[in-house]
Amino acid sequence: MPLALRVVQSLSEAAGILAADSRTTLLSGGTLVMRDVNEGRLTDGTLLRVTDPAWRQIQVSGTRIELGAGATMAAILASRELGFLHAAARAVGGPAIRNMATIGGNLFAAAPYGDFAVALLALDAQVMVLAGYGSPRAVPIEEFLAGRSRGEARLVASVQFNRPVAPGDFRFLKVSRVKPKGLSVLSIAAHLPGHASRIGQARVAYGAMGPLPVRARGVERALEGKALDANGIAAARAAALEGVQPVTDAIASDWYRREVLPVHLGRLLANQS
Amino acid sequence: MAKVPVQFRLNGSDRAAFADPADSLLTVLRRGLNDFGPKYGCGQGTCGTCSVLIDGELRLACLTLAASCEGASVETVSGMADGPNLHPLQNAFMEHFAAQCGFCTPGMLTAAKALLDRNPNPSREDVIDAIAGNICRCTGYEPIIQAILAAARTLPAQRRS
Repeated sequence: MPLALRVVQSLSEAAGILAADSRTTLLSGGTLVMRDVNEGRLTDGTLLRVTDPAWRQIQVSGTRIELGAGATMAAILASRELGFLHAAARAVGGPAIRNMATIGGNLFAAAPYGDFAVALLALDAQVMVLAGYGSPRAVPIEEFLAGRSRGEARLVASVQFNRPVAPGDFRFLKVSRVKPKGLSVLSIAAHLPGHASRIGQARVAYGAMGPLPVRARGVERALEGKALDANGIAAARAAALEGVQPVTDAIASDWYRREVLPVHLGRLLANQS
Repeated sequence: MAKVPVQFRLNGSDRAAFADPADSLLTVLRRGLNDFGPKYGCGQGTCGTCSVLIDGELRLACLTLAASCEGASVETVSGMADGPNLHPLQNAFMEHFAAQCGFCTPGMLTAAKALLDRNPNPSREDVIDAIAGNICRCTGYEPIIQAILAAARTLPAQRRS
């Protein structure tokens, strides 16, 4: 039975359909799902489109930011208020892909894709999910990503997080062999509150250093209360590999990823990337 | 499976086709509407040769659901020339030997048009970024970059100011 198509207006209706039928696949920007269609990995069931404009909204109110899951990388890049996220949005594909790829889709992109989700992990984002009819529920992004690996079917309505307080608190780096667009050897996002004096409650996340974006907890501990001087950066570099499980793929071997991660982390922290 | 009707403007003309529900825009363009300008390359969003403009935005036709284009304005490389008069980008590609096998050319031209439509006076870095999603395995990119920069210089002065 070939693929069917269903179009709904509201997010809650879409969530209800997804919860009731495991053979329904939500289509957002198309950069992941249509690939599967083209390559014959998705051949039956139903594609579900949501036309709710609220799904694509970006709201910045004070320090709180909410990105609709259907907002594209290009929409992030068009927002001056989200300048601290531009490096992460620009890390996704070329211009055409950025006009299509969405925030919500990136949360489901398998390594070495999904660089924007790495930034959201370092920002301690809350993922607003709908599991069936009802109101969205806030799920910490780490918990959400763990659920993704278990194949839980949920609709992402939006992601919410606080704006970093000072310019330079948030940093992002993608390492690829092809410039300006290439797949990730790795990516690093760091939220470093107090980086100008003493760091408190740093959040550091890696992409392509495991099957999912992963927190660098060793680095976060090493940076606690430290200044971003030579000693602080050396301590972070020494803890860089804690908890990582990089894969070997066509882009890089796990050995190579382990070798270069501390180097790039050091450069990011020293603002030399 | 029932076909779904799809109607949109294609290079300035109203067109309609019946598509399978999961058909990509590229499938409808090539099989349904005989527009063979955009090519099927990788089908993964990697090569860019299926690039089209949808409501003025650069998109990949192979990853765009045809049914989502209902009522949209779609521009392909087939509509770039004005009758016998080639677009400045097409002339520049010829003059700078920016096409060899030609398979990437539809996507390169479309990505370049998207750039010049919003930035008629691009820097070399702007051009490199604009074609970052388009792969060429013949030219080494340099003739393409030079062609796009040359085409920008031929645009009317008021567009470049």
